[in-house]
Amino acid sequence: MLSTVTTAGVRPKLSTKNLNLFYGSKQALNDISVNMPEHRVTALIGPSGCGKSTFLRSLNRMNDLIANVKVTGSVFVGDVDIYGERIDVVELRKRVGMIFQKSNPFPKSIYDNVAYGPRINGVRVKRVLDEIVERSLRRAALWEEVSGDLKKSGLALSGGQQQRLCIARALAVDPEVLLMDEPASALDPIATAKIEELMYELKENYTIVIVTHNMQQAARVSDYTAFFYMGKLIEYDETKRLFTTPKQKQTEEYITGRFG
Amino acid sequence: MQRHFEKELESLQTTIIKMGSAAEEALRLSIASLLDASVDVAERVIENDDRINSLEVEIDNAIVDLLALQQPVAVDLRMILAAQKINNDLERIGDHAVNIAQSAIPLARRKPSDSLLELPKMAEIVQQMVRDALDGFIHREVSLGTKVLEQDDTIDDMNKSMTRQVIELMKSDQKSIETGLDLIRVSRNFERVADLATNIAEEVIFIAQARVVKHNAGEPPRQP
Repeated sequence: MLSTVTTAGVRPKLSTKNLNLFYGSKQALNDISVNMPEHRVTALIGPSGCGKSTFLRSLNRMNDLIANVKVTGSVFVGDVDIYGERIDVVELRKRVGMIFQKSNPFPKSIYDNVAYGPRINGVRVKRVLDEIVERSLRRAALWEEVSGDLKKSGLALSGGQQQRLCIARALAVDPEVLLMDEPASALDPIATAKIEELMYELKENYTIVIVTHNMQQAARVSDYTAFFYMGKLIEYDETKRLFTTPKQKQTEEYITGRFG
Repeated sequence: MQRHFEKELESLQTTIIKMGSAAEEALRLSIASLLDASVDVAERVIENDDRINSLEVEIDNAIVDLLALQQPVAVDLRMILAAQKINNDLERIGDHAVNIAQSAIPLARRKPSDSLLELPKMAEIVQQMVRDALDGFIHREVSLGTKVLEQDDTIDDMNKSMTRQVIELMKSDQKSIETGLDLIRVSRNFERVADLATNIAEEVIFIAQARVVKHNAGEPPRQP
């Protein structure tokens, strides 16, 4: 494993230490130690089955939902080891939100989609909910398009709008980290560009980790890039450096399309 | 929606303009050192060249990042490719300014009573060419680029005429040989600066119209 990345001057928000993950007897992540800086976008790239999505899901314990998963090592969000004892996983997922490949708005109004999390957390005052809904939709760059009709069903929006609605829904519970699993892979280029721009704006307030199959997207949106292969972290560096002067031959072969 | 990529392009453009101002200033000072016979000013030009060189490296790095990370196409790609060449041209203009300053020093020390022949006029035209080429780049103004291209022949002719006059001078007075060589050297450097301004002008036309005009590669202009 090579993690010589210099994140000098930037505080790590997420870090893993000797993280191993097994599905039954199959090892999916092999001794991953990495620091992901606060208020930056970190991209995870690598061929299918390399472990990047598994790694992403281990950052808010989404893998807990899968039977026979065993995790060793540590994952820190801030100073807290999220695999430590007495960790409230619901509370953790409030701090570490997730956006999936396929947008999944609830079959409810736009307003109710965004207000869903705050309501679960006990927010009842309409004025407060209104504020949260507007702020979240603005941050997700959707407010201008939907503010006229918040009662409209979330499912009536276009694909790109639905994905931004899901981002607004994630932002409504005031997370610190956003995990994005192929957030634009089902979208057309214009909607993709909007999501990419949104990530650029969101990193001012959030720490973002994105899994993408689209290497060019990783290059465009991220500050740091981690290249995974067969469950191992092959190289992790500033995106600028990884995409111009990678240190590892495997990385170079992958990003130049000479792989395999 | 403004893409942050556009901001990076603007930032590249701003750095090129900074580089352009530095090269223009170097040229202006080298000419001042020549016309005012000032060794101090000439030495300043030589010292300041480091700044132009480091700007060149800064711009090179920014271009590599933009190409690798943003996958630019169409007008954005043309702008970045042109920026790379213009960067190189400006750095060379800085080097020629140093050459001119280096010739200005012995000329000043000999305190030549001889005239500088056509050099003051050449200096004026060459400075205007560089200014027009850079303004053309800043404002994407093809007409300024075209104006620069037209002046290149004038400078070529003046350079040839200078050579002839200096040869006559040296033939008539052997003591003028050292001075004559410096005059030819300066004239030759002006001619090179004019060529580089012409290159920049060609890039201005390439960015704006995707038209290649160098080496007389005539091609009808594309409709915007």
